[in-house]
Amino acid sequence: MSIVRIKAIVKKELIQIWRDPLSLSMAFLMPVMLLFIFGYAITLDVDRVKTVVRDLDKSSLSREFIAEVVSSGYFTVVGGAGSDRDIAAWLDDGRARVAITLPHDFSDRIRTGREASVQIIVDGSDSNTATIALGYMAVITGTFGQRTKGVRIRPLVEPRIRVWYNTELKSRNYIIPGLIAVIMAVIAALLTSLTFAREWDRGTMEQLIATPVRKQELIIGKMIPYFLIGFVDMVFSVLLAVYIFGVPLKGSVILLFLFSSLFLFGGLGVGMLISIATKSQLVASQISVVATFLPAFLLSGFMFSISNMPVALQVITRFIPARYFVAIMKGIFMKGSTFDLLVREGVFLMLFGLAIFALASKILAKRIG
Amino acid sequence: MVLKEFIQIFRDRRMKAIVFFIPLLQLFGFGYAVTFDVNNVPTALCDLDRSADSRELARRLEASGYFSIRYRPGSPGEIRGLIDRGEALCALQIDRGFAKDILKGDPVAVQVIVDGTDSNTATVALNYASRIIAQYAKDKSAQMTGPRHDILDVRTRAWYNPELRSRNYNVPGVIAIVIMLTCLLLTSMAIVREREIGTMEQLMVTPLKPVELILGKTIPFALIGFFDMILVTVVAVLHFGIPINGPLWLLPIGTSIYLLSVLGIGLFISTISRTQQQALTATFFVYIPSVLLSGFMFPIENMPKVIQYATLANPLRYFLVIIRGIFLKGIGLDILWPQMAALLVIGIAVMTASSLRFRKRLS
Repeated sequence: MSIVRIKAIVKKELIQIWRDPLSLSMAFLMPVMLLFIFGYAITLDVDRVKTVVRDLDKSSLSREFIAEVVSSGYFTVVGGAGSDRDIAAWLDDGRARVAITLPHDFSDRIRTGREASVQIIVDGSDSNTATIALGYMAVITGTFGQRTKGVRIRPLVEPRIRVWYNTELKSRNYIIPGLIAVIMAVIAALLTSLTFAREWDRGTMEQLIATPVRKQELIIGKMIPYFLIGFVDMVFSVLLAVYIFGVPLKGSVILLFLFSSLFLFGGLGVGMLISIATKSQLVASQISVVATFLPAFLLSGFMFSISNMPVALQVITRFIPARYFVAIMKGIFMKGSTFDLLVREGVFLMLFGLAIFALASKILAKRIG
Repeated sequence: MVLKEFIQIFRDRRMKAIVFFIPLLQLFGFGYAVTFDVNNVPTALCDLDRSADSRELARRLEASGYFSIRYRPGSPGEIRGLIDRGEALCALQIDRGFAKDILKGDPVAVQVIVDGTDSNTATVALNYASRIIAQYAKDKSAQMTGPRHDILDVRTRAWYNPELRSRNYNVPGVIAIVIMLTCLLLTSMAIVREREIGTMEQLMVTPLKPVELILGKTIPFALIGFFDMILVTVVAVLHFGIPINGPLWLLPIGTSIYLLSVLGIGLFISTISRTQQQALTATFFVYIPSVLLSGFMFPIENMPKVIQYATLANPLRYFLVIIRGIFLKGIGLDILWPQMAALLVIGIAVMTASSLRFRKRLS
């Protein structure tokens, strides 16, 4: 292996990257865009659920009940319904997600110490929002029932709840560290999946083969510039996460970048492999989406917890490097995990990177013939 | 022209596989992996009381299906390690004297610890744990002091998706996602490719009019989009058991209108990209925010107001409402017409703008 030849390839690749400022700037804008979307725009926290009320009782007690629901902060009343058909209309066109019906005898029954019924209809199509909203509703009705009895009776067994690591249960703190892992996977794939395919499409591959460059040198030389871009992206993303979005970083920064480098090595390798194997940019782009972006997004556990997936899928996630990197990122960011807790993940990333590299050079050798 | 395009796309035999398998992979990925349903939370139970009562509570937690007790640490100190390593997401600690206090009628606490890293799972798991413990407390006091009724009898019903399966919500939406990714990427890259190879010049010297050229370039991809829509619908119904409660004939109509926007955007990307690399990156730049800010996985109501207004320009948003309306809510054109209209307006606007740009680039 010759440093000079690798340097030459690096230089050639850098010139090519430089000549395409559009792609380069997109490589840097991508993390900003994703962090912005996940940091500001979307959240899994459920609050201000649009609620429609059908109050048949119209008493001070029924109004008190509604006030209780609203003051919890989880529900906003968007209107009143006059009939059951009206409720259906509100839910059908999505103007409301929850409908509360209080019957005529609501306050009468409570005053005379009998059980009053409350009917709650929830739009179940978005099952997550529905489940969480129903959970809140159960708590609110529970405390309301206790309060109106006059005395607050303590239940015999009471849960004493403690939340560790992400004490405010903010979804942002949970999502962003994992998101950085997804960003890296996407960037790595976008950057490299076309590099070899492009040479073949344009016919410049033959020229490269004619030079004394060896195949490993070619792969390494092509990888170094993208590794640098990826690494800058990584540093950039971590800075944004910590300073703009205020995500606490509890663990070691050095450890973070060490593992990121390992992951980047494997991620860029996968892109190269696709590029070498397909020889066509059109095909390579489609495959890279399926092979890198989708698994990183869906099966890494960055947002959708792996323990909730069917067992077969859980087994598949074990072969996805993003899964390990997401675990590392979350561990270092939220739990302040140290090296010894992350060794297993690190070893996997290392082995994965080496295996992909070996495979890529083998296929390249075969393609060159 | 359409024929030429078809031959060209499928000359690479791998493209056939791609058009077929990529939608399926996405469908299975989203169908199985994207779930916010919380079940079988790996739980550690530290039972210091070891009484019939504490075992009864543990049994109820497991019987609910929400918790699966995998670890039984002997001391509270071990809980820390289990949660640190991520082996357990939730831990319960029942202190010594639990059964004795219950017998005396003294209120007693059960410690519930949850790993908050995944805030969604944590919130849902805490809800479930609180409800199970509350029910247990009620039954216990009923056993001792006789049944006491509640003041409120809450009857809840979930419409459209009574079992609250998140799959029913996600799978139909995949139709929109698949069409977007496949058509966007194919349109933008295929056109840029012609320019890169230089065959675009050849096409321009033929007597084809620009409009015919645009149609010829987009119709094959529209047909692929249609094929993917049918494929996903069939698998969704037969394999995932997703109900179709509404008028199915509305789906192809909605798809056609939606394709106008998608192909228009693809065409637009092709006019701003010189290389396929640029087309790929630009496609991702459009695709990712469109999906994330569409209400596909994250409800639009939870977004900040400014972003909510921005989503009004997102064609995916309307198509998702249409698809879910047809599949889950069983509603028809009488309720969905505003979505259809909005989609049509966006589609025509995008298509006109891109066609004009495309023609300018040609001449």
